[in-house]
Amino acid sequence: MLARLSPEDRPIAIAALFILAILIAGTAYTLITSGTVPLLSPGYLLQQLQTGAFLGICAAGMMMVILLGHIDLSIPWTLSAAAMTATAVGGDLALPTALAVGLAVGLFNGFGVAYLRIPSMIFTLGVDTVLRGLMVAQTGGFAPQDRATPMMLFLAKEKILGIPVAIFVWAAVSVAISVILTRTAFGRSVYATGSREAAAYLSGIRTRRVIIGAFVTSGLCAALAGFLLTGYSAKAYQGMGNAFLLPAIAAVVLGGTHILGGRGRYAGTLVGVILIVLLNSVLSIMQMPEAGPQIIYGTVIIGMLLVYGRNARVTS
Amino acid sequence: MTLAPLARWLRQNRGFAGALLLFAAIYLVYNLMHPRGFSAAVFVQNSNEAVALAFVAMAQTVPVLLGGLDLSVGAVMTLTNCIASELVSGSPAQILFGMVATLLAGTAFGLMNGLVVVYGRIQPIIATLATGAIAMGLALWIRPKPGGEVDGDLNWALTNTIWDFADTYGFDADSPWLAPFADLPVPILILLAIAVLVWVPFRRSVTGRTVYAVGSAEGAAYMSGLPIARAKIAAFTLGGFFAACGGLYLAIQTSSGNADIQQAGAYTLNSIAAVVLGGTSLLGGAGGAIGSLVGALILRVISFYFRILSIDPLLQPLIEGLVLLVAVSFGAIRTLRVRNKLDLFR
Repeated sequence: MLARLSPEDRPIAIAALFILAILIAGTAYTLITSGTVPLLSPGYLLQQLQTGAFLGICAAGMMMVILLGHIDLSIPWTLSAAAMTATAVGGDLALPTALAVGLAVGLFNGFGVAYLRIPSMIFTLGVDTVLRGLMVAQTGGFAPQDRATPMMLFLAKEKILGIPVAIFVWAAVSVAISVILTRTAFGRSVYATGSREAAAYLSGIRTRRVIIGAFVTSGLCAALAGFLLTGYSAKAYQGMGNAFLLPAIAAVVLGGTHILGGRGRYAGTLVGVILIVLLNSVLSIMQMPEAGPQIIYGTVIIGMLLVYGRNARVTS
Repeated sequence: MTLAPLARWLRQNRGFAGALLLFAAIYLVYNLMHPRGFSAAVFVQNSNEAVALAFVAMAQTVPVLLGGLDLSVGAVMTLTNCIASELVSGSPAQILFGMVATLLAGTAFGLMNGLVVVYGRIQPIIATLATGAIAMGLALWIRPKPGGEVDGDLNWALTNTIWDFADTYGFDADSPWLAPFADLPVPILILLAIAVLVWVPFRRSVTGRTVYAVGSAEGAAYMSGLPIARAKIAAFTLGGFFAACGGLYLAIQTSSGNADIQQAGAYTLNSIAAVVLGGTSLLGGAGGAIGSLVGALILRVISFYFRILSIDPLLQPLIEGLVLLVAVSFGAIRTLRVRNKLDLFR
């Protein structure tokens, strides 16, 4: 059955099956050890998805950049910088401030990669370091205003109809990204530029603007995730984004997006995020020492990619 | 006449020559400004702080030359650091066994990376992202809390001057033939020895040349019948070996092991920065481990400046980041030279 699916859908199907496998294994474990089935209760699952929303929003932005064959390593400190600046400004201006930081970082990243032609890997890494430096210099000497604003608390912690608002935000971002990718000229240009930039350029696509657009999307997503995360943890702090970079890349790649660009669907990224969130929660239910999850995490990524992420052999 | 080969070498190794010049300049100025500049004590202290990063940068270089990237170098260094903190103590034979076992462990991990990349056909960057997590897990499993023990004599002998090394192991430290070298720091000699004895022969071998060929054009290398699989596996294995050298040295220097995820990540990121500063192209096919060694030294000397200039420590990360960003932005000069706009998109 799997063999008949198109190459775009196969990773998504396999990852979805793996999510089922995680749920079954986790439930079996809790049944045996305590006789309860927390993993299957809607409340628990919604709570997991709520914490997954931050990763999901980061991964959505990261996917745009990876589709171009680039990568955005500045997500951790874009997230932290947006959150810290937003709490410092506070009040009604918090959200526009956070998004403005994301926009500025995205524009700068895009400029470096598209116009200066510096490999994104190293340029965004440098931007990440500079942002960290700015935040340390700005806040290091004194305790800044870092409380979450009421709007942050509402978006991250409140529930509407029993469903956390954060999930609605994540859903809205997801719809926006998938519409952009499948229904707009910009989305098509992203795929074209990611496949072969020279060919896209010769076809009349302004590839440099496409690159800037993708980095801006990534910056905005990271800023939004920082905004929500501040509400969730009730304050902004240095290094709050560090835990999101590698899982975001892993989620995008596990969802079938090719790391060299040009191929991948947003549904895959969604499935990849859910996979990683559930894997983390099952591992934390099992209460392993810190070493266990790391090893399992790495093994799962390699194992999944061996099933469907293999490159073609170079023969010419 | 004699200038022609030199000029050609300069043209072909612009990045490396620039890095060497930059390092010489900033280190000279550093020593002039330092109250005890040009003294053995300063050299010893500086080289101790630079060695681990230099090894990790060399480890990063080999996969980068292939056109790949190894995101696990920091984790492998941390893993070997933890292994060494378990094994490198006791009788001389045990110490020797511990050192060899540490280096073998790192090399084996590199080999595993290579096998996953070649036979699993997974992109290096994502494969090593995953194996890096595994290495970190193993390190945490070996050493859940920082600590461990490393032989004290070894620590003293390898982190000081030649004179101290000879003195510790009962050689005649004051013999006249040793006098010219007596003040040289041991760590920098270890670094240079490994670079010359391991990297230079590798680079000249068929496997080493194939690494460069694969980085320039893999399809062409395949068509020329070069041993591509062997070169890729060898590149990652050598990377694992260099990372293990870094981990072993860090364990000897600090007399402990520390499975710190943040530290591993910082080493990986700094290694990429050092590789770029050293004149190796991230696209693959041009550069070398010696350049990365110099790149790592540059990164370290910049941090030395913070001390003598007594710059506010809160500003340090910002300045480090700006230096990195400005340094890589010099790569943009290429965009001014292209005649055909299509050349930008390769």
